[in-house]
Order: sequence, then C-alpha cells, then structure tokens
Amino acid sequence: MIHLKVLAVALAGAGLTADLAAQAPTAERNTDTLSIDRPQYPSTYRRRPNPPVVVRNATILTATGSELRNASILFQDGRITAIGDVGQIPAGAQVVDGTGKFVTPGIIDTHSHIGVYAAPGTSAEQDGNEATNPVTAEVWAEHSIWPQDPQIPLAIAGGVTVAQILPGSANLVGGRSATIRLVPARTVQELKFPGAPYGVKMACGENPKRVYQNRGPSTRMGNMAGYRAAFIQAEQYRARWDKWLKDRKGDPPARDLKLETLAGVLRGEISVQNHCYKADEMAQMLDLAREFGFTIKSFHHGVEAYKVGDLLAQAGTAASVWSDWGGFKMEAYDEILENLALLTKAGVRAVLHTDSPDGIQRMNQDAAKAMYAGIRAGIPISRDQALRWITANPAWVLGIDQLTGTLESGKMADVVLWSGDPFSVYSKAEKVWAEGWLVFDRLDKTRQYKTDFNLGQADPGVGR
Amino acid sequence: MIRQTIQLSLAIGFGAAPLAAQTIAITGGTVFPVVGPKIDRGTVVIVNGRITAVGAGVVVPAGATVVDATGKWVTPGLIHADANAGAGVRGLGGFGEDSKQGDFNPSFSVAPALDPDAVGIPVARTGGITTGVILPGGPFVSGTAVAVDFAGARTEDLVVKTGAALAINLGDGSKGAGGGSRAGTLARLKTLFADALEYDRRRLEYRRAATQSFSAPVAELEALLPALRGLQPVLITANRKIDIQNALRLAREHRLKVVLRGAIEGWKVASEIAAANVPVVLQPNVDIPSFDGLGARLDNVTLLRQAGVKVVIAQNDPGGERSLRYAAGNAVRNGVSWDDALRAVTLWPAEVFGLGQYGALAPGRVANVVIWSGDPFEFSAAAEKVFIRGVETSLRTRETELFERYRNLPPSYQSR
Repeated sequence: MIHLKVLAVALAGAGLTADLAAQAPTAERNTDTLSIDRPQYPSTYRRRPNPPVVVRNATILTATGSELRNASILFQDGRITAIGDVGQIPAGAQVVDGTGKFVTPGIIDTHSHIGVYAAPGTSAEQDGNEATNPVTAEVWAEHSIWPQDPQIPLAIAGGVTVAQILPGSANLVGGRSATIRLVPARTVQELKFPGAPYGVKMACGENPKRVYQNRGPSTRMGNMAGYRAAFIQAEQYRARWDKWLKDRKGDPPARDLKLETLAGVLRGEISVQNHCYKADEMAQMLDLAREFGFTIKSFHHGVEAYKVGDLLAQAGTAASVWSDWGGFKMEAYDEILENLALLTKAGVRAVLHTDSPDGIQRMNQDAAKAMYAGIRAGIPISRDQALRWITANPAWVLGIDQLTGTLESGKMADVVLWSGDPFSVYSKAEKVWAEGWLVFDRLDKTRQYKTDFNLGQADPGVGR
Repeated sequence: MIRQTIQLSLAIGFGAAPLAAQTIAITGGTVFPVVGPKIDRGTVVIVNGRITAVGAGVVVPAGATVVDATGKWVTPGLIHADANAGAGVRGLGGFGEDSKQGDFNPSFSVAPALDPDAVGIPVARTGGITTGVILPGGPFVSGTAVAVDFAGARTEDLVVKTGAALAINLGDGSKGAGGGSRAGTLARLKTLFADALEYDRRRLEYRRAATQSFSAPVAELEALLPALRGLQPVLITANRKIDIQNALRLAREHRLKVVLRGAIEGWKVASEIAAANVPVVLQPNVDIPSFDGLGARLDNVTLLRQAGVKVVIAQNDPGGERSLRYAAGNAVRNGVSWDDALRAVTLWPAEVFGLGQYGALAPGRVANVVIWSGDPFEFSAAAEKVFIRGVETSLRTRETELFERYRNLPPSYQSR
C-alpha cells in the first residue's frame, strides 16, 4: 500500500518523491518495466560540508516577526542552530563581525526565467516558451535551464538563494516549474532544490490570446474554455490511472505527460502558479479551481490583486506582485505602489517577485519601495513584514517553508549578511550562505563565482 | 543662409515661460544648490518662475508665499535624460510616439505629439522629475531629442527645447542599417554626412538638378547640418568598446559634439572618453552581459567618474520612470559620490542638452525645485512638493485614485 502511494506520487512526477521512488522497494510484478516506476529526474544537489559560522553583534531580521539587535546567529552542518545569544562558539567556527550590519534569510524569487531565458540573450537561448500549443503541460522548465547562465552569479550577489524557474506565459498551461538553488553547478540536477514540489505555470489574459490569435484561443473566453477542456481530460486520465494503480492488473493506461502534470494538479501534488494580472480574471481562475477541485497556490504579476485581496485571502491564494512596474500593457494599466501593503492588510500572503534578471538582483530594494509606499499611505508595514514578502512568503508559495525562508533554529542556513539596513538603497549583500556554504563574499574575489560564460570575456564586477 | 537653416532645424519658439507669476520663499530646509555646497537651513526665493536668491541669510521678500521646508531636503528638479512620459500612453505597447518607421529620420521630432494630459506626467513628478529629455527611438539616425518640463496645459507649455540632440545608433541594433555589419553602418553614416555637406555647398546646383543624386532626401540631409556644424549635440548609442571608439573617431573626424548613450563598456575606455571630453548618458544598473556589451558591470559609472567623464544617469524601466532617483542611489551604492550622483540627474543633463538655465538652484535659473522628506535617493523619502517654473504642481495621479477606491474592500464606489 505504501509503495502504491509512492508510485502514485512519482507518477505525478513530484521531485520530493522522485528520490524516494528511486529507492522504493521493487514492486511485485513487472513494475521495473514501467517508466513511471523509475527515477523521475531527481535532484543531485548536495549540501557542501562547511565549518560552523557565527555572525556576531548584528541586527537580525528573522522574517518571523522579530528584529533582534546586537544579536548573533550560529549555523553548522547546513542548519541554523542558535539565534540571539548563541552561547559557546563551537571549535573551528568562522566568526564574522556583524557590527552595524544586518542579517536576513536568503531571498527567494517565486518568478524567474533565469536559465530558460539566459544571457547573452541570443535567439539560441530563448528556451522559455514552448509556444507550439496553448496547453503544453508536458514540458518541464528544468529541461531548458542552462546552469551556466551568467545571470545566476548576479542574482546570488543580490542575496538570492532560491528561485522558481518558470516557463513563459505564451500558453494557457506552459509547463512545469523548477525550484532551484542558486549555486555553481554543471547540471540542472545539481541545482534542483531537493524535496521541492513541482509547480505548473498557467497564464491568463493577453499573452495566450495574442500568441494563438490565429488558431485560438483568441479571446479571454477562449482562454477559459481551453483550461476547462484540459482539466476535463485530466480528470478522466487521473481516474483511469488511479483505477489501474489500485491493483496494477491488466495493461496500464497509456502515459501522457501533459495529462500527468494536470492530474498532479488535481491530486494536489503540483502547485498552480498562475500569471494573471487582472482582478476579474483572478476571480474567474478561482472559479475554475473550484470546478476542478484544486487550489491556486499563487497568482503572479497580480497588478490588480489589491482589488480582490478579500477573495484571495478567502481562497488561501498568495499574490506574487511587483513594487512599481506597470503601464507597459493594458492588463498592467492599473498598477499602484500600495499593492503589497494592501494585500498584506487584507490578510493575503503577499510576495514580491521579479520576472526579471535585473530585478532579482535588487529584491530588497523593491521590497523597500513597497514598504515605504504602504507606510506613506497610512498602512503600517514593519521591516519584518516587508522582509517576509521576499523570504517566508515565497518559501510558502514554493512549498519549502518548512525548510527555509526564515531564520529559526532547525531551518536551512540560507543566510545573507547585508552591509547595512537592507531597505536602504546603499546597502549590499556582503556575504551569502546557501545551506551554510559561502557562495558569495563581496570582500573576497575568490568567493565570487563566475559561470563558464563569464570566463575570459565577461567579469561580472560585483566585488566592490 | 547658414543662420536661417539653424533656426529652422532648432525650431525655436518654445521656451520655459512661467506658468503663473508669484513669489515663493522655501525656507528652513537643507538646500542642495548643486553648483555650490549644501546650505543648512537655507532659503530659496522664486519670483515669476525663476530663482532669484539662494542662501542661508536670504531675506524673504514681502508678500512672498512662504513654504516651510524645515527638516526637508531641497534640490533642483531632477532631469530625466531618457524620458518617456508624455510621448505616448505610459509606454503602453503600440501607443508610443517616440519613433518613426524607417532608419534615417534626422528631421523627426516627437514634439508635436507630446500630450500634456498623459497620465505618466504626474507619475514622473512624484519621482521628483520636473524635466525630461525625450529621445527618438530607432535603429540608425532616429531624429532629434526634445526637452520638456512636466507641467502645462498645452504642448507648447511642456516643450523647453526642440532639437536638443541628434540621435544616432551605432550599437548592435544598427547593423541592419549598414547591411548587416557595423562597418556598413559607419560607412553609410559617413556617406550621409558627406552628402549633407555637399548639398549645403551646392544648393543652387541641386535646384537646377545639376548634382548627382544624394543618398537620402535633402530635407533629411539638411536636418544633419546643425550637428555637422558642431552646434547640436550628437547623441550616439554605443555600448561595445569598439562602438564607443568608433563614435569617438567620428567625433574627431567630423568635429561633432558627441554625447555617448549606453556605454556599457565605457569603463574599458574611460580615459579615452575623458580625453575626448565626451559626456555619457547611461543606466547604472546594467550588468547583464550581452554581445552588445559583454563587459557590463555595476561599477561602470564609478570607473567613468574616476577617469573624469561627465556622466548623466538615466533609467528606462517599463513604467518605472519615476525610479530615476533610485538609479542615482544605486550608482552611489556602487561607488559614485553622492554629490556626483545628484549632479548626474540635475546639472549635468542640463549642460549636456544645452539647458543652461536648468539643473541647479541659483539666481537666474528656472525654478524647478523639489522638496523631499529626506535623502531623495532613498526609498524612505518622497517628493513632497514639486515646483515647475515656480508653480507648485499636483502629485495626485491616476494611481492615487485607484488606491483611494480600493483602500477598503469591497469598494464603496462613492466618489470622493
């Protein structure tokens, strides 16, 4: 019974269980002949062994509601072991003076195309949109990611430790996302965050209907009909497989990667990450989710999310939004600077995302813009709340909030040391640790990773 | 003959007329004149749209409207050297006005298309931006820049100067204009320059149809002449080192008053740029390598400044025009001095684009003044009052109304 459950999850392709599937006991009959019983592109990321680290006498923003002054943080073996007063410093620990500096969790971006739209921006590297069909749930972003994208070290220098890499928004259903660590790597598998569930990119509005205007969908109602048709098929597919998996008798149903992903959504194993600008369309998508019995984990680019904060809070759907981007297309016309503050006030899990290889380098700055816009509008937003927009809340959207996104004992040591208040324009990420591994040090050239692409031609020059 | 041509090209007739006559004294703030050291508890006096006095011991004229700026920072209005507001619907796709089809349009100016009612204009003001230079877009020779103040009821009220610079692209995007190679683009440009000068020398013969045919319509060639006579800045987009060096060669060979735009790899040839006395308009946060500029790096401005290059900071985010001040802040973050960053968004763009009465708080200057709640480069500060030609402007935007409607959910839909 246990192995059936594992298989069912593996069928959905969730990365968390793909590792388990690889080690699962061989099923009784002929299962080794089925692809679904084999590893589904597992992560090979491994934490690097590192000495313990203590940052002393810093201002620590935990993203759990507290702001600790003149405090210390200790992490070892990849985990945070003490915050505040760390007591006895372990032998061999690296001690970092944090006087006048700030410590935060590593920043997490729920919306990035790093690796799938890689620099230097040639047509050869445009791997983000499989714009050949309105529903391409069968494609996986991880199969497009180029681990040598020179945008990766730039994002790391901005204090970003984890990002969700999404397919583009040309399609109603664009494919699976990948949650990756931003670390030096040769392969995508070495980047994949172990245990992170998959997401699926869906897109509302202008993009799909523009891309497919000649073959359809060419209208918003066409978009809705397209999602519904796909999920009706997925319901049937899921029922066929669930029936077969119960006793594994007879021939298994034909495997269909597209429907496998959508069935994973219906099973609640794959989270929906929905590009959707407009308030009225968000309400339509929440209805779609109710029709098929799934939840939408986060709307993305929710420029109008502030208009329906109550609906989002009720549905338990997060909103990933920008601080001040808008106006560049009709569905982005009603942007306001108080979006994040109003969403927070409405009880929505508010997330600041970037969708930009530039923006991802300065997410602390965008959080600052939105925090001060809220404060100016009379909505009190604390630094800790603003920090949650770029740490704890995105961790929840990616389903890794039990592991990272806050500074708490037991959480992964994804930690950033800032030269000053991270909500000041003048502050820089000085050191960045990914599960205890010092992946960036502004003061040490040898700790400034260059991709293969950078070598011999493009020095990122972040070291000042 | 020459003078006549220049007047035609520069289309003089616009100019910073005061929007209303009044006397204002801004008192008690920390004043940053830019052309002099900062003044604690300083006073700025404005009469009929011009600044008449700046200093610590300035007497407030009788009858002046006094604006208390105690605890505030007072700076010149920021000048955005790569602005969009007014030239289309906030950058909404398909609604832009700042480019024209074709690749050789030196006579093109966006000025008549500028919309004083564009919703982006008050948004720009909320960022403390009082003045913009709207650059024509295009793959090669795209037209002339127009400088505007972001206040006024009619297009003529906005426009400060047309023909503020001739815009030429020598970057990667210009290769098509040369048949696919930078070399072709440069050769074509030199032919066009030669034709323009030849046309100018042989107008009479041209009218008698006694010249060989030129490589472009003479109305367009004529529009190159102010630049070729060194009377109009030539803004050359160039990012790769060799493009920058080609632009500098062009400046030498044709005695052009070149301003570089982009200059992603400017740091590699910073001393050459400085030696040529060529200023640079750039976006300081560009650091992602492309084949137009593999050497992109965040300390570009810092290295250019260290070599003595005059740098103008611009910011061309989608919808993010108001963020110019944060771009300046980021330049400071990456090593530029705070004072230089302020000059780079006030005095230096004024100098580069020939707006001599702009960009500083000093007697005689146009009274574009911003009162900030704090350091203008910081997120924590905001522009609280924005004066354009001596008149306080509204900082309410369409966004303000949306916010007020949706502040409480569900909205009441009652107008306020």
